[in-house]
Amino acid sequence: MLGLLTVTAIAIARMDQLFAAVMLFGIYSLLSAALFVVMDAVDVAFTEAAVGAGIATILMLGALALTSREQHAVPRSRHWIALSVVVITGAALIYGTLDMPLYADPNAPAHLHVVPRYLQQSMQEIGIPNVVTSVLASYRGYDTLGETVVIFTAAVGVIGRLGIVPEGVVESKTGGMEHHLILRITAKLMLPLILLFALYVQFHGDFGPGGGFQAGVIFASAFILYGLVFGMRSVTRVAPSIVVRTLAAAGVLIYGGVGVISLLLGGNYLDYNVLGDQPKDGQHLGIFLVEFGVGMTVAASMISLFYAYASYKREE
Amino acid sequence: MIRAQLPVLQVVIPLLAGPVCLLLHHSRLSWGLATSASWVALFISLALLDQVLITGPISYELGGWAAPWGIEYRIDEINAFVLLIISGINAITISFARASIEHEVNEKRGHIVYTGWMLYLSGLLGIAITGDVFNVFVFLEISSLSSYLLISLNRDRRALTAAFRYLVMGTIGATFILIGIALLYMMTGTLNMADLAARILSVSDTRTVKIAFAFLTAGIGLKAAVFPMHFWLPNAYAYAPSAISALFAGTATKVAIYLLLRFFFTIYGVEFSFETMKLDRILLPLALAGIFVASTIAIFETDVKRMLGYSSIAQIGYMVLGVSLVSVTGVTAAILHLFNHALMKAALFLALGCVFFRVGSVTRGDLAGLGYAMPWTMGAFVLGGLSLVGIPLTVGFISKWYLIVAALDQQMWWLAVLVLISSLLALVYVWQVIEVAYFGTAGDRSVKIKEAPAALLIPTWILIIANIYFGIDTSLTVGVAGRAAQALLGTAS
Repeated sequence: MLGLLTVTAIAIARMDQLFAAVMLFGIYSLLSAALFVVMDAVDVAFTEAAVGAGIATILMLGALALTSREQHAVPRSRHWIALSVVVITGAALIYGTLDMPLYADPNAPAHLHVVPRYLQQSMQEIGIPNVVTSVLASYRGYDTLGETVVIFTAAVGVIGRLGIVPEGVVESKTGGMEHHLILRITAKLMLPLILLFALYVQFHGDFGPGGGFQAGVIFASAFILYGLVFGMRSVTRVAPSIVVRTLAAAGVLIYGGVGVISLLLGGNYLDYNVLGDQPKDGQHLGIFLVEFGVGMTVAASMISLFYAYASYKREE
Repeated sequence: MIRAQLPVLQVVIPLLAGPVCLLLHHSRLSWGLATSASWVALFISLALLDQVLITGPISYELGGWAAPWGIEYRIDEINAFVLLIISGINAITISFARASIEHEVNEKRGHIVYTGWMLYLSGLLGIAITGDVFNVFVFLEISSLSSYLLISLNRDRRALTAAFRYLVMGTIGATFILIGIALLYMMTGTLNMADLAARILSVSDTRTVKIAFAFLTAGIGLKAAVFPMHFWLPNAYAYAPSAISALFAGTATKVAIYLLLRFFFTIYGVEFSFETMKLDRILLPLALAGIFVASTIAIFETDVKRMLGYSSIAQIGYMVLGVSLVSVTGVTAAILHLFNHALMKAALFLALGCVFFRVGSVTRGDLAGLGYAMPWTMGAFVLGGLSLVGIPLTVGFISKWYLIVAALDQQMWWLAVLVLISSLLALVYVWQVIEVAYFGTAGDRSVKIKEAPAALLIPTWILIIANIYFGIDTSLTVGVAGRAAQALLGTAS
């Protein structure tokens, strides 16, 4: 599988057709997701499949629609500088791996120091079976708040740069594909299933792979599908861009707000123990709320990214 | 009770102010909120510094989980000082921003500017305050993404290319840092800085740890615009809106230099960084090359904002030079220069912001005769410029003084001479601007240029006065920088 990955990467680098390159990127993501499954990192694989192979491909296609499909040739001299930097970096990485602990070595330092507590005590301290979620949302919950803000920042960046869709007047450049009967029917069949699956992923994160990030992306993909097939006008009627933007900000505020509430209840920031009568109840409630915030911000950010690309008009 | 929660409030107040600014959807209102949040952040950082100086390092457990399982905020002399630099420069520049941003950014995007601004601020503060390396990376992402946004919001379309180049370089830097952090985690199993420092000793002779060091140095060096990884900086500064240029000049590279100090001294330790890896032998020539090459380019640069950008690269050279001397005085000089350079460069960029507000250009030729048309603005520029050169009674003199003392301590008199010569280069490029402004003949301007409004002049002059005040009364700055350097080098009594 690593071999396939390498082949895809080389193909991407050699590709002049940006459209094909984007498709190959999708394949690359899917392959790495499969690789993560082999490595038993199901949560990571899930995210990679949803984000890398799903949303990222669509967004890159959106960006391509605004620019051109071919890339311009770069002067040859630049190639050599770039190539030498890449070769040095690659050589350094390989040199660095020589002393690494072996793959799946149970005595590797990474497995012996902080991890045992996560694995053995998370059930008593937090009370949910999926350790990944308890590390993500509680032990290192503050990092996750940061990551949510990163996604929010990216969305603000694109909205800010590509211009804000004027309310009511949505230029229907991507006119939709209503006239394709098969697409329309399939989309109609798929949409409720996708939304349902997103909700399942959102609320099942405590027990199995899943959580706010993946659910948000899946939720957003339903809206994007709707937008692609039925046109911008229909999708903005269901979810006007101002509402979507508000939700993106509100998700961050929910997450951050949970922290503020735990401050007010006398705990440290994002200490969920103080939220409930029993520490475990508090942890449950805290994780539920922050995952909800994450899902909201991620879904709303992705949808507004799509809106920004789909309805961009050159200004001035 | 509030006192115990100050560390997290320092970051979370601007962090949550960001989304609220977006929701307000109104340029003036979000400016008001962002400005209040900025001044609150400044007061918190003062309180934190005060507390650190009295009681020693503060530790704060996020989520109530003890380190190394949870994330720890750890504030000692050096990052308390860096927090003060960031929040101080930020509070002044955002007060300056309202009129300037309204003039330079499309009105519909006003609230976006302040959303991005608050996110950027919380990102930098988050990097500086944390005691956890992965948390550094997360907040680095926040600050980087928002800085690309802030640059690109300028009406000038060249800002887009500048922002894009910065994005590409910045992403490479961030990826290198992430690789370094991942390798360290693999070898030690921890992400907490203090814990890393303790556990790295037993594995410090493995190749993986050494390569991690190389990746971190290169990645952070890129972010800090250490020569020769500086190409993104001049355009990023030149084409950003004026207030943003001043903000970046005073804060962005400073945080990266702080990170270098953190990784070299706290995590890897002096012995590994400078004896095993011989880092000083690489840093010293790079610093000198940076100082001379960038100063020379600055002399030939006619866009004054780009000129100041190149000058910044040279000034970063002085900081790296101080670090590469690996002595308490050298590191003190580097930390002092973090503070002092933030003051002078932000003041100069604000003065240019005043010029741009009235003239609409900052090309050297267009400044002709402004010494008389805008006496307060150009007066500020002259004083800031003198500080940049390092004239006595300004902060620039203090930094250079300590740098030269540090060089002489190690019998490197040639280095002291080089520092003096490089100051002459700075004098040349600053003088060129002054000459045009006071002695150049103004062409036939159709409109008479007026002095900039007080809303712009007052913040500019606050910084100029700070330049002179801290040039005379150095007890605070030198005291804190000295204690921080001792703590970093592990020679504190």
